[in-house]
Amino acid sequence: MSRLLPFFGFVLLVVLFGFGIWWNTQHDPQAIPSPLLNKPAPAFVLPKLYEPTVNVSKSDLLGKPYLLNVFASWCIECGVEHPVLQAEAPTLGVLLVGYDYKDAPDDAKRWLAEHGNPYGVLIADQPGQTAIDFGVYGAPESFLIDSQGVIRYKHIGPMTEDVVATELKPAIAALQKETP
Amino acid sequence: MRAALPVLLAMLLLFGGFAHAQAIEPMPFASHAQEVRFQHLTAQLRCPMCQNETLADSNAPIARDLRNQIFQLMQHGQSDEQIKQYLVERYSDYVLYDPPLKAGTVLLWFGPLLILLGGAGVVLMAIRKRSRGSLAADTPSDSAPTDNGDDW
Repeated sequence: MSRLLPFFGFVLLVVLFGFGIWWNTQHDPQAIPSPLLNKPAPAFVLPKLYEPTVNVSKSDLLGKPYLLNVFASWCIECGVEHPVLQAEAPTLGVLLVGYDYKDAPDDAKRWLAEHGNPYGVLIADQPGQTAIDFGVYGAPESFLIDSQGVIRYKHIGPMTEDVVATELKPAIAALQKETP
Repeated sequence: MRAALPVLLAMLLLFGGFAHAQAIEPMPFASHAQEVRFQHLTAQLRCPMCQNETLADSNAPIARDLRNQIFQLMQHGQSDEQIKQYLVERYSDYVLYDPPLKAGTVLLWFGPLLILLGGAGVVLMAIRKRSRGSLAADTPSDSAPTDNGDDW
């Protein structure tokens, strides 16, 4: 028995190593769980991208759930995510709000003209001040905010078809069940 | 090659200086004490984007924004604790290099102790077994000594 002990030790280490690899394929080690989850979204007042004189505030968007998508023209992964948003936006059942993060307005407009604009409402945060309140540390990030203005779901990194199907759509369905 | 070296060195010096200036831009501190406090505080906080760098060292845009934010909060008279709380509310405990002791971090704090205790247990068991084995060998017996498996 004790002759086999080192072997069992070795097997244990192999299992631990394999688990570590598997865990990292399933989880983004960079993703920080947001402490804002299930808390009211921070109050914000931001100008519209195409009408900089018109402001959109948190209270303007209350009443119906929406998906706040943080993107930027300089963000490479946003280009990866964009076709998914383009394809899925009409079938999501919630308003898609674009949050242009730390971007020159002209760059953002050019980028949207090139890649398409799936957003129902488009706001711009050029200084990036409000984004700190949202705990944004990179783009793309997406927040599902319910009709009361509470953050119910957050995804860090590009939205993929897989994430939309397994996480976002169930989260939206759960919201719609709550408020008939 | 030899002629290129001074040019290379000069460029390194020039652009190295630029990179440094970009990373830590001068801020209008009210006093030297405040600057020291700022450097001390940002060195204890972790950049959320590049998680192996402190806010003080990181060149990431978000780190620059957060440094500016911390500077502003300091100007408004917030204490180090209040500023840490401000960041934790938005970016969770990940921003702290020194995580607080709570339910979610118990394993982080006491995991190494558990492993140490486990190892001590194994060693203790091995020693006991060995001393029992040698005790058995000391007592005279009729049968020939048998292999007890402790040959490693």
